[in-house]
Amino acid sequence: MTAQPVHDDGFGLLPTARSDIAEMSRKARQSVLAPAQPGAWPVEWRHAVAARICRQHAATGLAEGYLAQVDDPALRPLGDPANSGRDAVEQTVLGFVDRVATRPRDILAADIAALQAAGVADADVVRLCEMAAFLAYQCRVARGLSLIKGAGA
Amino acid sequence: MSRIIHKFTRVVPGWQPRVTPVRLDEATPEQLQALKVTPSNTKVSDYVLVLAHDAESLDARSPLFNAVMYGRDGLDRAGREIGAIGASIVNRCIYCAAVHAQRHAQLSKDPGVTDEIFRAGPAARLGARDQAMFDFAVKLSQTPPEVGADEVAALRAAGLDDLEIADLVLASAMFGWANRLMHVLGDPVRAED
Repeated sequence: MTAQPVHDDGFGLLPTARSDIAEMSRKARQSVLAPAQPGAWPVEWRHAVAARICRQHAATGLAEGYLAQVDDPALRPLGDPANSGRDAVEQTVLGFVDRVATRPRDILAADIAALQAAGVADADVVRLCEMAAFLAYQCRVARGLSLIKGAGA
Repeated sequence: MSRIIHKFTRVVPGWQPRVTPVRLDEATPEQLQALKVTPSNTKVSDYVLVLAHDAESLDARSPLFNAVMYGRDGLDRAGREIGAIGASIVNRCIYCAAVHAQRHAQLSKDPGVTDEIFRAGPAARLGARDQAMFDFAVKLSQTPPEVGADEVAALRAAGLDDLEIADLVLASAMFGWANRLMHVLGDPVRAED
């Protein structure tokens, strides 16, 4: 895996007066994409799923940046939102992540129970939510700031 | 009978976790660091104890959240709350909407704005500045985001400068994050008597 260029991450568009927020946002990205304790979700799998979520947000550049860090040919297809996963557990997990990313309002207690029934530990449920939620943040920061002309000086 | 709340309210509900919170007496040093537990501060909400399952992320997000919502200069605090509320309406996060509508009413000394938002949702009719900020936040919160040049032009027409618009982007986006934790990992419930 190679380092992602920081100027492509959306946070580089923040005004100079918000450089602290750019720095903290990148630290948060590290915490969900390449954490010290990844739990059930390996770092490369996280990058493939990050690409998937960015595609769901029409954030093509961000998606390409994440997918570029996935070398495993078995994982790269997961970056396509049309790919439903390689086995029953992964299909449940990706179905959940897709809904958290795109339609969080529709999530019910039963969705969490289904993950638990599939054998996903509570800590890994939280890790999934944090990852999807961070990417929802990043895609919106990148989109919103891209509309402000001259803000990135 | 269900205690779960389904309607928007400014009365801050309780929160019932859908996963088991970390037990404070079993927390790791990393979790205690993220929880900011000290001998004089041992009261931690179930929400934060749930997030402590991913201590590294909690530790990274807490200062970022504070910088986005309470940082100096730029957009005033009531405006940032409008960004938070717009996202929470789209994502139907009853808990986040309650907390931030209550704050907005206090900061603006006017509950009328959030009364109208709770009544009409994304179709709320507000004063020009609040309208521009609310519409921007609502469209940014769609998936994929639907915000475009027209919404930015409306913000500029309402008097917002580039730094204020960036702050509105950040506040709305931060609640795209927070709603996906609060609304997904637990239920808003009638507070215990």
